[in-house]
Amino acid sequence: MNFKNMREYLAWIYYQYLLITGIYVLEPWEKSIFNSFLFSAIAMVVYTSYVFVPIHMRLALEFFSGIFGGQPESTMALMN
Amino acid sequence: MTESSATKLLNGEACRRALNRKNANKNGYVKNHCLFQQSQKYRRSGEKKQNATHNPSLYKKPFVESFEETPLLVAVLTYMGYGILTIFGYLRDFLRHWNIEKCHVARERDEQRDFVPLYQDFENFYTRNLYMRIRDNWNRPICSVPGAKMDLVERVTHNYNWTFEHTGNVVKDVINMGSYNYLGFAENTGTCADAAIETTQKYGVGVGSTRCEMGNLDIHEELEELVARFLGVESSMAFGMGFATNSMNIPALTGKGCLILSDELNHASLVLGARLSGSTIRVFKHNNMQSLEKLLRDAIVHGQPRTHRPWKKILIVVEGIYSMEGSIVRLPEVIALKKRYKAYLYLDEAHSIGALGPNGKGVVDYFGLDPKDVDIMMGTFTKSFGAAGGYIGGKKELIDYLRCHSHSALYATSMSPPVAQQIITSMKIIMGEDGTTLGSDRLKQLSENTNYFRRRLRELGFIIYGNDDSPVVPLMLYMPAKIGAFGREMLKRNIGTVVVGFPATPIIESRARFCVSAAHTREMLDTALEAISEVGDLLQLKYSRREQPLSSLGWMSEESLLQD
Repeated sequence: MNFKNMREYLAWIYYQYLLITGIYVLEPWEKSIFNSFLFSAIAMVVYTSYVFVPIHMRLALEFFSGIFGGQPESTMALMN
Repeated sequence: MTESSATKLLNGEACRRALNRKNANKNGYVKNHCLFQQSQKYRRSGEKKQNATHNPSLYKKPFVESFEETPLLVAVLTYMGYGILTIFGYLRDFLRHWNIEKCHVARERDEQRDFVPLYQDFENFYTRNLYMRIRDNWNRPICSVPGAKMDLVERVTHNYNWTFEHTGNVVKDVINMGSYNYLGFAENTGTCADAAIETTQKYGVGVGSTRCEMGNLDIHEELEELVARFLGVESSMAFGMGFATNSMNIPALTGKGCLILSDELNHASLVLGARLSGSTIRVFKHNNMQSLEKLLRDAIVHGQPRTHRPWKKILIVVEGIYSMEGSIVRLPEVIALKKRYKAYLYLDEAHSIGALGPNGKGVVDYFGLDPKDVDIMMGTFTKSFGAAGGYIGGKKELIDYLRCHSHSALYATSMSPPVAQQIITSMKIIMGEDGTTLGSDRLKQLSENTNYFRRRLRELGFIIYGNDDSPVVPLMLYMPAKIGAFGREMLKRNIGTVVVGFPATPIIESRARFCVSAAHTREMLDTALEAISEVGDLLQLKYSRREQPLSSLGWMSEESLLQD
């Protein structure tokens, strides 16, 4: 395929999306329902990952550093 | 050499195995006398149904037939597409049920509430919610002779294909890739048309009576004599309707206590005929001779269910060319099986007569076999001869029996004389009896066109089903939205195609079907191929992973985009 500009390329990508999901044959209002469902789902996934991933990362870091990183530098100091 | 002498020569273990086998034989497991044994039990290759020739000795020329496997990702996405459409179908049905939107289809009336429902199965759901959305690809009205090019009546819809309006415009010179016009006899000028006009003036258009009563004209006798000569059989009989030839003659041939072995992809008319006959029907896998042989052996060993009486008759029903797969029947093997197990063979040459073989005499001619080996030769005049109706050919006793027992001979009106004349003239042209080489030119043109079209499509990277010599060329589309998109895009490029989906095919194997004709010129085919290639790029239909392993995921991978 030859594309003159980005816009045409994006239009083609959208066309492929329509064909593969099968919503090419739907009526416009059904298309918008499907799109809004899909995009709200994606948006929720993105939002939840934005909110929760940093917290989980920090907790995981603490957990693993508790296992591997929390050792005193020398065991001799403890004995003294 | 008997088995005991063979076991003596072998060492211990082999001997024990041989003995085991002998015991197994006694227990009724007949294993070693099969004509066609499966060579490898677990065959796993790139082909879904690799129809490699198992018995090459029976064939005079290579028999190449391929059905490339559906790519897994495509299959998954196709199911996903159907899933999404089904969900929306349920949504629309819900809206219709609560009268939120207007319902355009026939539905149960309130008075019929407690009756058995008339509209309640999946195919109806499918028609309402999936087929309706892309209905503009089917039943397009035409307003010219359906030759190599045709004129379409333009129509528009304002309510998403529930109703159509004609705009009054005509789409001119659409290349016709959808008609079964194999030899290009669908013409309104030329020898055939002239002869038909002359016959109309002499006989009129029909007599409105059956062959058994007053409808028997000399032109029918002439036609039947010619068909018998063309096929190389003793006698033949012509009917006014091709579908009824199958559905009404099978019941005349078999009945209770008979067994019909039918290919799974047989045409609806054969299926209807077999069901009407009241015989037991068993279905073998498409073109699979192991499956057929197994059914034959089981039928002979076990006989009828419960009583175990032998079957009165066993009739194998196959088609010459299967119109949805583009495959050709393995006739030499079928005939070998039929002879070995003393069954009868019913061969439906609806698509193959005229379209196959060096003399255009169908699949028997294609394999160079004796027509007398086929008990019942059936075919239609609708396709290659550009007429209407069907025939049955075979032994004289058989035809005489059918003349007084077949429903379509007894009750149907006889064939219209101009139609009979069209068949006579076109058949004489094919046989070369008109003193020209027009017929053989057309046959040559058809096989050239077929080979060229199939080869080019395969080179372009499409998945093409079927035999290399079959003029029916199915191109796989798979996804439901692509069925609609393909038909519309092709019509935009002035090419009329047939797209096929469920229920005519399995649900994921939607396809476009091209029928190559002798009337197509090389330029027309090139125009069509160019458009197909363009649409194939647009819709990402070039699924084939045969020679270009990298572009298999063409519709996803960035590289292929950049390369293009």
